[in-house]
Amino acid sequence: MIAVLLVGLCAVDVVAQSDKPRRSGFDFMSAATQALQRDDEQNPVMLWVKDGARRWNDVSAGFACAGCHGEAQQSMRGVAARYPAWDEQLGAPVNLQRRINLCRERHQQQPPLGSEDDAMLALESFVALQSRGVPIAPPAADPRLAAALERGSQMYSSRIGQLALSCAQCHDQLAGGRLGGSAIPEGHPTAYPIYRLQWQSAGSLARRLRGCFRGVRAEQLAPMSSEMIALELFLAVRAAGMPHEGPGVRP
Amino acid sequence: MKEQSQQPGVSADSVSRRRLLGVTLGAVVPAGLMAGPAAATTVSASGAGDAAPSLDAAIRAFTGGAPVRAGKVRVAIAPLVDNGNTVPLSVSVDHPMRPDDHVTAIAVFSERNPQHEVASFGLGPRNPVAKVSTRIRLATSQKMVAVARLSDGTYWSGEIDVIVTLAACIED
Amino acid sequence: MSARTLIDMPRRVRRGEAFEIRAMIGHPMETGYRRGADGDRLPRDILTEFGCVFDGEPVFSAKLYPAISANPFLSFSMTADRSGELVFRWRGDRGFSHTERVNLVVE
Repeated sequence: MIAVLLVGLCAVDVVAQSDKPRRSGFDFMSAATQALQRDDEQNPVMLWVKDGARRWNDVSAGFACAGCHGEAQQSMRGVAARYPAWDEQLGAPVNLQRRINLCRERHQQQPPLGSEDDAMLALESFVALQSRGVPIAPPAADPRLAAALERGSQMYSSRIGQLALSCAQCHDQLAGGRLGGSAIPEGHPTAYPIYRLQWQSAGSLARRLRGCFRGVRAEQLAPMSSEMIALELFLAVRAAGMPHEGPGVRP
Repeated sequence: MKEQSQQPGVSADSVSRRRLLGVTLGAVVPAGLMAGPAAATTVSASGAGDAAPSLDAAIRAFTGGAPVRAGKVRVAIAPLVDNGNTVPLSVSVDHPMRPDDHVTAIAVFSERNPQHEVASFGLGPRNPVAKVSTRIRLATSQKMVAVARLSDGTYWSGEIDVIVTLAACIED
Repeated sequence: MSARTLIDMPRRVRRGEAFEIRAMIGHPMETGYRRGADGDRLPRDILTEFGCVFDGEPVFSAKLYPAISANPFLSFSMTADRSGELVFRWRGDRGFSHTERVNLVVE
């Protein structure tokens, strides 16, 4: 009874949060970096997207994504914006990367890819491109996701690491301020996978979150782990309604 | 060096003065071991290696010591950059691109990167304008210098100051 | 990882009309100044040259140094007086070599 009440309160908190005007990390970037994201011919993430389009149709290892899903422009429209979601067969929430790996294992007899493998980032960014302009809408009302959403919410508000900082302290209370020379964004996953200037490479949301954990000297979460997915789910619900930018650029 | 920031280009006079100043102010060679200008180019007792080649030396390698005039060359870069890893840079030279009179090369130099050379570009009359763009890495706030070589053998230069704010939460 | 490139240019132009070519290639451009987790310097691995040749005639070339960002991007302009093939070639450390060809139609 109490657990249900807590979950209910948590859901209300998240909804109240989403009523405040929210800004994407895009808004905190310099004009030059924004211009880089806007131009598909200059955005380095498009190298991965182009590779992803090729892999989508690649039959060299057997069965291609296109074999089931046809043209990604139709079948994948809005898909990235609806993750994390519940996977029936697994009986757990999955993010898009995990979903890609499950497809590979179940339908292509292919081994799973690491979160930062170029092949994974290529496929993920190609799929993410098909959600450009689509409002982020993870299935927050799905009762099966409630436990993970609650877990993610708790993580977001908990002080962690040697620096004993919570996500909320920086990204809710201090968003818009500065940490050294960098602007503190609100932390919405509106453009993943991103080409991060600091990485000089495309990378996943998990990589970015792991960077935060390292920054506060906290214990790490593994990409695609249930803990990491719980946090990603909370962040997606917190960002619900904001447009997905397709794979973007961040400093 | 004060001279360089006050003069828009690089003149032969200031080059030789700076060379002399570079010897006496060289941080690598302890004062007690200096025997003269030649000493600056040999390995110092501390084993730190040769004095780092100067920006002037790098530019001279491109110009062959020919005089460089300030003008014609415009370096465009955002005055404040998010992250020094990927900084868009454009260089344009205000000079015709005719078969008999055109820009043949543009070289870009950095004042404070570990290596001064950034890139050099070969152009010709098939390029209607002498303009190139790329993305570069900047180690810190510094000056960028671009030098253009014309088909008549003359050299022109332009420069710009950039401020780089480094990422606060550096992961690695 | 095979080289991935993005070449942005019009495929049809009018004779003598100026147009822009933007070429990007995937490459880490390891500077040789960074240190790995064990403290040792990561060896330099960069692209050092780029060339664009039109029907055998050099149009644009570049020498690249570690200061060029990863996934190097270059843009320049060109005019053409006849249809032909543009050949883009990148060369770099460790014998790196990659070529892309684009047909240009000039009206």
